[in-house]
Amino acid sequence: MKTIAQSINDALRTALSGSDDVVVMGEDVGRTGGVFRVTDGLLQTFGPDRVIDTPVAESGIVGTAFGMAVAGLRPVVEIQFMGFSYPAYDQIVSHVGRIRNRSRHRFTAPMVIRMPYGGGIGAAEHHSESTEAIYTHIPGVKVVVPSTPYDAKGLLLAAIDDPDPVIFLEPIRLYRSVKEEVPDHPIRVPIGEARVVRDGSDVSIVTYGSMTRESRLAADKLAELGVEAEIVDLRTLTPLDVDTVLESVRATHRAVVVHEAQRTGGFGAEVIARIQEEGLYSLEAPIERVTGWDIVVPLKRTERHHLPDADRIVRAALRTLEA
Amino acid sequence: MLQILRPDGSLTSDPPIDIERTRELFAAMLTARRYDQKAMAIQKQGRLATYAPFRGQEAAQIGSAAALRPDDWMVATYRDAAAMWMHGYGWELLLLGRMGDERGGHPADDVPVLPPSITVGAHMLHAVGLAWAARIRGEERIAATYFGDGATSEGDFHEAMNFASLYRTGTVFICQNNGYAISMPTSGQTASETIAQKALAYGMEGVRVDGNDLFAVFAATDAAAAKARGGQGPTLIEAVTYRVGPHTTTDDPGRYRSDEEEAAWRDLDPVDRVRRYLAAERAWDAEWEARVLADATDDVEGAVRRAESLPAEDGPEIFEAMFERLTPDLARQQGDVQ
Repeated sequence: MKTIAQSINDALRTALSGSDDVVVMGEDVGRTGGVFRVTDGLLQTFGPDRVIDTPVAESGIVGTAFGMAVAGLRPVVEIQFMGFSYPAYDQIVSHVGRIRNRSRHRFTAPMVIRMPYGGGIGAAEHHSESTEAIYTHIPGVKVVVPSTPYDAKGLLLAAIDDPDPVIFLEPIRLYRSVKEEVPDHPIRVPIGEARVVRDGSDVSIVTYGSMTRESRLAADKLAELGVEAEIVDLRTLTPLDVDTVLESVRATHRAVVVHEAQRTGGFGAEVIARIQEEGLYSLEAPIERVTGWDIVVPLKRTERHHLPDADRIVRAALRTLEA
Repeated sequence: MLQILRPDGSLTSDPPIDIERTRELFAAMLTARRYDQKAMAIQKQGRLATYAPFRGQEAAQIGSAAALRPDDWMVATYRDAAAMWMHGYGWELLLLGRMGDERGGHPADDVPVLPPSITVGAHMLHAVGLAWAARIRGEERIAATYFGDGATSEGDFHEAMNFASLYRTGTVFICQNNGYAISMPTSGQTASETIAQKALAYGMEGVRVDGNDLFAVFAATDAAAAKARGGQGPTLIEAVTYRVGPHTTTDDPGRYRSDEEEAAWRDLDPVDRVRRYLAAERAWDAEWEARVLADATDDVEGAVRRAESLPAEDGPEIFEAMFERLTPDLARQQGDVQ
């Protein structure tokens, strides 16, 4: 049994062993094994040329990794928390996502930018951000969010193999709270494929990352009320697997979209737009969304009022059934 | 400030290259200037979108690029067409880029030059990463990056200098201090007396050279490149020069600087002083220069013709280079474009 944190470590170890081109870099990823210990032991095995403790400089980390990627390496960058990724945003939006297009395929940036994201652990300000929408809006990068140990390993190895840049979001609150069997051998989970993680015929819950667990809890509660919810874990936000979402919604005729990020302009808005564009006539009720509020993520003592929980998801699902 | 070739064409010390190589580089400077003139002219006719001229900076660009090996990386900016061309990036592609065609960003496979950076500062980090990758792979390649005085105010300059020195990457930082960032003089950009002295804070060598002196620029770059190749780390070169023209074709320098200032710099012209030197060495005559210019004109005119005769990409093609393969959504959107 492995946690998500162990599974990502396993994937990094697999990738570093598999190719000399893979390098891991970031703040405190070497000696301490990262603040979440995700890179634990990699420095000892692979040495300081391939597991690089960097200065505290997010633009510098992503900008130099970009140069390495253009030169043919496969850098896997760790940004310590998503809330600290913004100094690197210019590198990502202005260069990482553009070099292939700017050079008409002559230069490419096959790199992975890992970011722990999301709340639920009562961390300090800036440590609980869920701002994936500012990354899903960028052309030329893919955004991946696993919610299980198996997917974490399979998606990370797929991201490292990918010929284009991938932003890899790791739900902080699930790092150690979910365990499952993960094969020791290399596995791949294709980028761009959602997965139905629970079958149900009454309502579709479309979610990803940290909210997948809350959605499962909600589905269990709904089942006690005689409502069978289907859960679609998107796993990849961009490119979005809209077909799997539509297939589910066409069968259940009802949808609840769930994420912990703030509501306005959140990724849920895109999912809902896609459902109405292509699946409106199969709907029996307005689409509900359960999200964080349009406020700064509250600190520890009031965070629970902001983060969606199973009860909010249950209430939203029931509203779609009442309509 | 290192100076080898005085404005009057006399030497302060032995030149770093022989007469034959000096003639080649003089011809390259003349050719680059011809390109710059042509680009300005056709922009005025509406045939380029905007153009950022490098007139006055030919020694800084040709002299530094000439000190690199063919497989060294170059990461430069929109004003560095002469350096990029010297390193193998064709005039035709440089023109295409300025015409607003992404295919101008695709140099030949054996040309290790990134498309010109339009953002100011971010690209210096890319040169650090490129040189770092070469070191990790045990290659002798280094990376040269070009930027202006304005870029040294960007946070990425600090991060690039810090990373390069810390990891001793084989990066050569070439700052063309041309006096202005659009309208802001260098004195409004930094309280440091020189750009070169900023290197000290990073534990890096900083060298200040007369940027209008072909020999000084070549010598400083050659030394920095050898040091970088030998694993001895990066160097910051400040080439003190002057942007004789406007920032771009949309700029009016008359709003922020005087005719007297411009005239004083014209007397320090980098091309004129190499000509004086070669003439004194009996290695120049007007007929030869006329032949060089005629060839340059042919080259540049040919590049203009080729760039302008290339039909624009069609609508669906604008989707093709976002990823290695089109995503399903992009394929759908592509279908909506005629």
